[in-house]
Amino acid sequence: MMAAGGDLDLLIGTRWKKPPFIRRAWLRWLLILGTGAYLVAAVASVEVNWARVYEGLERGAAFVAAFGDPDFTSRWQDIRDGMLESVIMTIASTVAGILISIPIGLGAARNIAPLPVYLVCRGIIAISRALQEIIVAILLVAIFGFGPLAGFLTLSFATIGFLSKLLAEDIESMDRVQAEAIRATGASWLQWVNYGVQPQVMPRLVGLSMYRLDINFRESAILGLVGAGGIGATLNTAFDRYEFDTAAAILILIIGTVMALEYISGIIRAKVQ
Amino acid sequence: MLKLENLTKTYPTGDQALRNVNLEVPAGQVLALIGPSGAGKSTLIRCINRLVEPTAGKVWLGDVELTSLGSGALRRERRRMGMIFQEYALVERLTVMENVLSGRLGYVGFWRSFLRRFPQEDIDEAFRLLDRVGLLDMADKRADELSGGQRQRVGICRALIQDPALLLVDEPTASLDPKTSRQIMRLICELCAERGLAAIINIHDVALAQMFVQRVIGLRFGVIEFDGAPEQLTPDVLTAIYGEEDWEQTIREVDDDDAQDTETGGAAQ
Repeated sequence: MMAAGGDLDLLIGTRWKKPPFIRRAWLRWLLILGTGAYLVAAVASVEVNWARVYEGLERGAAFVAAFGDPDFTSRWQDIRDGMLESVIMTIASTVAGILISIPIGLGAARNIAPLPVYLVCRGIIAISRALQEIIVAILLVAIFGFGPLAGFLTLSFATIGFLSKLLAEDIESMDRVQAEAIRATGASWLQWVNYGVQPQVMPRLVGLSMYRLDINFRESAILGLVGAGGIGATLNTAFDRYEFDTAAAILILIIGTVMALEYISGIIRAKVQ
Repeated sequence: MLKLENLTKTYPTGDQALRNVNLEVPAGQVLALIGPSGAGKSTLIRCINRLVEPTAGKVWLGDVELTSLGSGALRRERRRMGMIFQEYALVERLTVMENVLSGRLGYVGFWRSFLRRFPQEDIDEAFRLLDRVGLLDMADKRADELSGGQRQRVGICRALIQDPALLLVDEPTASLDPKTSRQIMRLICELCAERGLAAIINIHDVALAQMFVQRVIGLRFGVIEFDGAPEQLTPDVLTAIYGEEDWEQTIREVDDDDAQDTETGGAAQ
């Protein structure tokens, strides 16, 4: 760069191209060709048995038709208990998850945490994200037995990985000068976070929390399949008894709840902007 | 009151932003720090309150040496140094009042500040300051609703409510129009005079600096090239600081549209 000033005459009239993202030509071409070859091989390896698909279409139609008239009444007691359990599990795990995520998120932001704290917090996030909910739920059901406690713990654990990571990333991209101004007042670290950092990341934190509430509710329906309580358990029972009409009623309730949550979260996020 | 001894800052990249800077500022003196971009003006100011850690040298504020302080003691000393920023650096999603009160964070405990329960005298002082800068009815507005000049006034209040002995002012007028720039500079200098504060003002606008300050420091490549009264700034001096240019147009005697400005300054809000 510095030398360019002197060699200006040499540069005039030469062509210019944006330097490629990967400097070494052989590596660049290896990656491009490799990716292309992999995609071709991957698509070729997926086998589709079209005759089987044709047969399957009919079965699928029969399955959907069974949902044609949902039955809310004959198992209403079970459905209500399951929904209630799911809602309690969802709210409790989201609140617990958020409370734990905030300190971990602060620790996992490289611009405000010292390196050792950063590494520990990133480690916690990595573990939480690496373990899929179902696997955690199976483990926790084995430890705590069937029921919503295992579901609550699973969802709290999953919330930590999700929320801390995204919160930390938002903190890392905040406006440094606003925070610097608060530091210059002689504020302590906690005051600095409260005045300089928190206002900047609050809208995102609220939005993410609402989104996680939504995810946790949907997950609670899945976790019931492995015995972790909630509406999922009721749904599982309905399938086991071939009561597709009851299952349909449960699915409609789940869809309705998720849509309601989405609507509410939209309102709340507009308010905190 | 403030004394810099051989202050040096070398960035990890190897850039020497400050080289053995020695400077003494008596109490109540307002001085302007001029120099080209990259001369180390911002670094100098930030090395004083240690938002940037100096590499070597000492900084004395009264009889306290700042560079060797631990974090708790540093925070106590930062209370005595109010800082005003270039792009205002208000926390935009907080209200004007919260921004001003944040200047008291060094004095109140965490829970008080967290619950926004500041001592009544702090709140009174915040209102007095807002009134002094003509923003009293903006107290509950959010900072991002204000205009540039208004934001900078809030920034001034935030620095003053710290009850500092020294103001560190970093390009206070860089993002303001010429008239607002004058008003802000006048406000800062008046407030310094009222309260007997010393101030170091980084500023690009040489003519504006000449209008208001008692002393000018010229910085170039991290070295003090000039230290004198504003009237001593000649084209030769400016060439030494900034490099070759026609400086005749820049240096103006303080013209007497001051009367008109005082009037608008008072009415401005």
